[in-house]
Amino acid sequence: MPDFEPVLLKRLNIPDVQRLDVYKGQGGYQATEKTLRQHSPDDVIGIVRDSKLRGRGGAGFPCGVKWGFLPSDRDVTYMCVNADESEPGTFNNRILMEGDPHQVIEGIVIASYATQASVAYIYIRYEFVKAFHTLQRAIDEAYQAGYLGQNILGTNFDLDVYLHRGAAAYICGEETGLIESLEGKRAWPRIKPPFPAVEGAFRKPTVVNNIETLACVPHIVERGADWFQSIGVPSDPMNPRDLGSYGPKLYCLSGHVNRPGCYELALGVTCRELIENQGGGVWKGRKAKAAIPGGISMGLLREDEFDTPLDFDSLQKVGCLGLGTAAVVVFDEQTSLVDVLYNSCRFFAHESCGQCTPCREGTGWMLRIVKRIQQGHGRVEDLDLLVQVAESMGIMPGTTICGLADGAAWPVKNAIAKFRNEFEDAVNSASAKGANVSAATTSSLHTN
Amino acid sequence: MNTTVSVVNPNMAAITINGNDFELDDNEQLNVIEAAERFGIEIPYYCWHPGLSVVASCRMCLVEIGQKNDEGVVRMVPRLMPACQTPARDQTVVVTNSDKVVENRKAVEEYLLLDHPVDCPICDRAGECSLQDYYYEHGRDERRDLPQPFTSRRKDLGPEVTFFADRCVMCSRCVRFTREVSGTAELQVVDRGNKSEIDIFPGHPIDNKLSGNVVDLCPVGALCSRDFLYKQRVWFLNGHDSVCPGCATGCNIRIDEHRNTIYRLKPRHNPNVNDWWICDEGRLGYQYVASSNRLTTPRQRTNGNLCDSEWSNVMQALKHDLNQMIARYGGQALACILSPMLTCEEAYLLTKYVKSLAQDVTLALGKVPVVGEDDVYPKTADSVDAPKFIIRAEKCPNRRGVEAIIRHWDPEVLDFATVHSQIVSGAFRAVILTGGYPQPWLHSEEIAMFSKLDLVILVDILKSEATGKVDYLLPGAAWAEKPGSYLNHAELLQITKRAVRPPGDAHTEGRIFWELAGRQRLYNAGDVLDELAEEVPFFAPCGNGKVGARGVMLGTERNAVSGKNQVLDPRC
Repeated sequence: MPDFEPVLLKRLNIPDVQRLDVYKGQGGYQATEKTLRQHSPDDVIGIVRDSKLRGRGGAGFPCGVKWGFLPSDRDVTYMCVNADESEPGTFNNRILMEGDPHQVIEGIVIASYATQASVAYIYIRYEFVKAFHTLQRAIDEAYQAGYLGQNILGTNFDLDVYLHRGAAAYICGEETGLIESLEGKRAWPRIKPPFPAVEGAFRKPTVVNNIETLACVPHIVERGADWFQSIGVPSDPMNPRDLGSYGPKLYCLSGHVNRPGCYELALGVTCRELIENQGGGVWKGRKAKAAIPGGISMGLLREDEFDTPLDFDSLQKVGCLGLGTAAVVVFDEQTSLVDVLYNSCRFFAHESCGQCTPCREGTGWMLRIVKRIQQGHGRVEDLDLLVQVAESMGIMPGTTICGLADGAAWPVKNAIAKFRNEFEDAVNSASAKGANVSAATTSSLHTN
Repeated sequence: MNTTVSVVNPNMAAITINGNDFELDDNEQLNVIEAAERFGIEIPYYCWHPGLSVVASCRMCLVEIGQKNDEGVVRMVPRLMPACQTPARDQTVVVTNSDKVVENRKAVEEYLLLDHPVDCPICDRAGECSLQDYYYEHGRDERRDLPQPFTSRRKDLGPEVTFFADRCVMCSRCVRFTREVSGTAELQVVDRGNKSEIDIFPGHPIDNKLSGNVVDLCPVGALCSRDFLYKQRVWFLNGHDSVCPGCATGCNIRIDEHRNTIYRLKPRHNPNVNDWWICDEGRLGYQYVASSNRLTTPRQRTNGNLCDSEWSNVMQALKHDLNQMIARYGGQALACILSPMLTCEEAYLLTKYVKSLAQDVTLALGKVPVVGEDDVYPKTADSVDAPKFIIRAEKCPNRRGVEAIIRHWDPEVLDFATVHSQIVSGAFRAVILTGGYPQPWLHSEEIAMFSKLDLVILVDILKSEATGKVDYLLPGAAWAEKPGSYLNHAELLQITKRAVRPPGDAHTEGRIFWELAGRQRLYNAGDVLDELAEEVPFFAPCGNGKVGARGVMLGTERNAVSGKNQVLDPRC
């Protein structure tokens, strides 16, 4: 099949495209000119809504609909750009910011114009040092050229952009966690209602969008909603609730493949196609055992499920939470999934903010049990206990303030459901060794 | 029965809880926890508190919530919702006893107990602990994982508060209190996830004057009172409703005693006075009651020496001396100084007695201790919101009550400074002095005025320089030992009950003045209040048991009772 014509990554290989003059030479900022001169803010919301652009930050919520939640009688609006990118396996935001920062800025300008935001805060994770400097330079250039600041392009649209660095916490990628951190407080996600569209940053109406989502916006405005819908998986006309999966997507392929990297494709490619065509196949001539389809929170695909399309709605049918961030991590047949699950549990226990009881205690508990199994001291009842603990954290819908608990519990439930034999082997070999664990023994294994 | 309740009054909200219909006043703006409690249904919670902001983080109060539409069809929200953040509006449907709700409570209890140190035998909180209570009612029957070794670290956070971090359930009530009520923000959460702990910054202890309230707020034994630590098991304590005499705010309290020893004071909820809080000074205001300096025996001066005596002898001699004095020099020779520490009933009985001796006996208000200025909380830079707590500069409970009594007899209230200068200039020959303050209250210069008098009768509670220089010394009762009523700063009349007996042979002032007047049977504060209500128009609204838990507003702001009409007393 013909290679996909890149949209978001089109300019990536052009030398110095991070500079504004080079970017403009490639046709950059034309979308901004078109938007500010020809469209009203509501026009732009309409175009984005018609395109059915869905958020690329993990939830897949329709972007135009989210913008429409802003109260019409608001006095000030803030845009928060989520560049915290902490879902394990995900690195497309980083590539966009390092490789084509002005595309990101254009997206922010157009989105802010549409939502009538007067200030945009880009919340970038602290570890993205190169992206921070690249983006800051680009912002400075944009100010100088009049694409940011007062009276942009001679209109009465003002926009200030602040690049705010985080401090290494996954929970700052949660929209209200991000807002709390931005305000200088502990990143404890807020209870909803009120939602950020009504009460967000500094208690004002706020829109929070992902970097990749915003990078799509200039292209949608320039080439039209119809063009955007010509890419990807159309919605089922018989199902009014099917939102489809439209547009280009950056798939982050990593793990046990020959050519890991960030690949731009139309939404809907299958896992197998991605691995074989873009990834050059599983490494070292091995076969794949499993893959994470969209960041670890989404769960795992068995090898026989690799023909599932990686779009917003197909993965639920094979027991995954969804597409998430489309970060595909491949595990070869020699990988122990007990190790994978241990890694996942360790991540979430470390990143839980600690505010609500099920997540704070549950993530630590799951880690303790998985670690016990991994170290060969698992009890026979530990597998069922693990699943019960995961389920009592409530999964979709959950019982916690934010979705971290859901994301932490899903891989546990998923891995044991799909690869139970591996976990049973780990537990049975432990009891075969006579590891009948008493309290005295566990005391030497005191975890955390 | 699941019928739609027809709403006749538009301000009434119809809500359904576990299939039963109830009606609420929509203006009250209750959440589901409060609404359910109003109708006798308990929803357990840790982090919610009616006096603090809602965080909904403990997840213990999760219930099923739904909405009934106009046709009576109920749509339930697919996920469990915290009852603390759900308003009880018209047509709200609540289910608190479904399998999902029951299972969630089991899960939350299990999570909290997973690594909780099994400290009950050494923890102050045992017997009044939310973790213990909810475990019995809502917890799982068995432990599903192996117990881990635990620690029980202790760290003092301030002069009043000590902290056992391992017991903490991270409800964050204490943190919110120091931000929202005291405004001093000493406490915060440090670290993340299940390593989170409450802590102070080095060099910044919790030393605000409301610090003891965080101990009340803590649902478990993490924050403990340094004063009360390890002193008594709470199931031995008897609680007596009382009013703090420390200042004119008149915080409602409960005196916890066992076998006539007071162990601690706890606040009672009163939205008209102190909400849920008391200040540290008030909290420790029971200590002087058991002082070894208490007067315990009546004394009278015979042949120049002040000697211990019996009440019957003293009373007889005292009345004889007073009558003689009045007969010889007239009523204007006698001054009666009424301490603002007296209850309304005591002030009434004393004034009635002296005025029965002669109409022109002089009444005066005793010393009103004032320390600094009113202390307003929260201590935030922009005090835009209404204050949440005020420690008043006037350090006595009943100045307004005593003044009201005096005004019943005389047109003007004489203050202590004036009557003192009158005594010094020789205007009087006899004085009845009442004290009852937490410390000796007469300066040496003021004691010197005794030399101008032929007869000095002192009713007081603590030994001092003055107590050796009077003619009659009557040992009275401290505030925790006597029943009665006080009028606070807003002229709210509140009833206080006694918790312990006066030491030795001391009597309550009420009993002393009752017997002085030669009245029959026993002094009963309630009866005297009824009498007071009948005789003195200002106190008319107080008779016949009309003074309830919230007090009765007298004076200009009569019936202007503000605040929510809550009966709920949170587990504090």
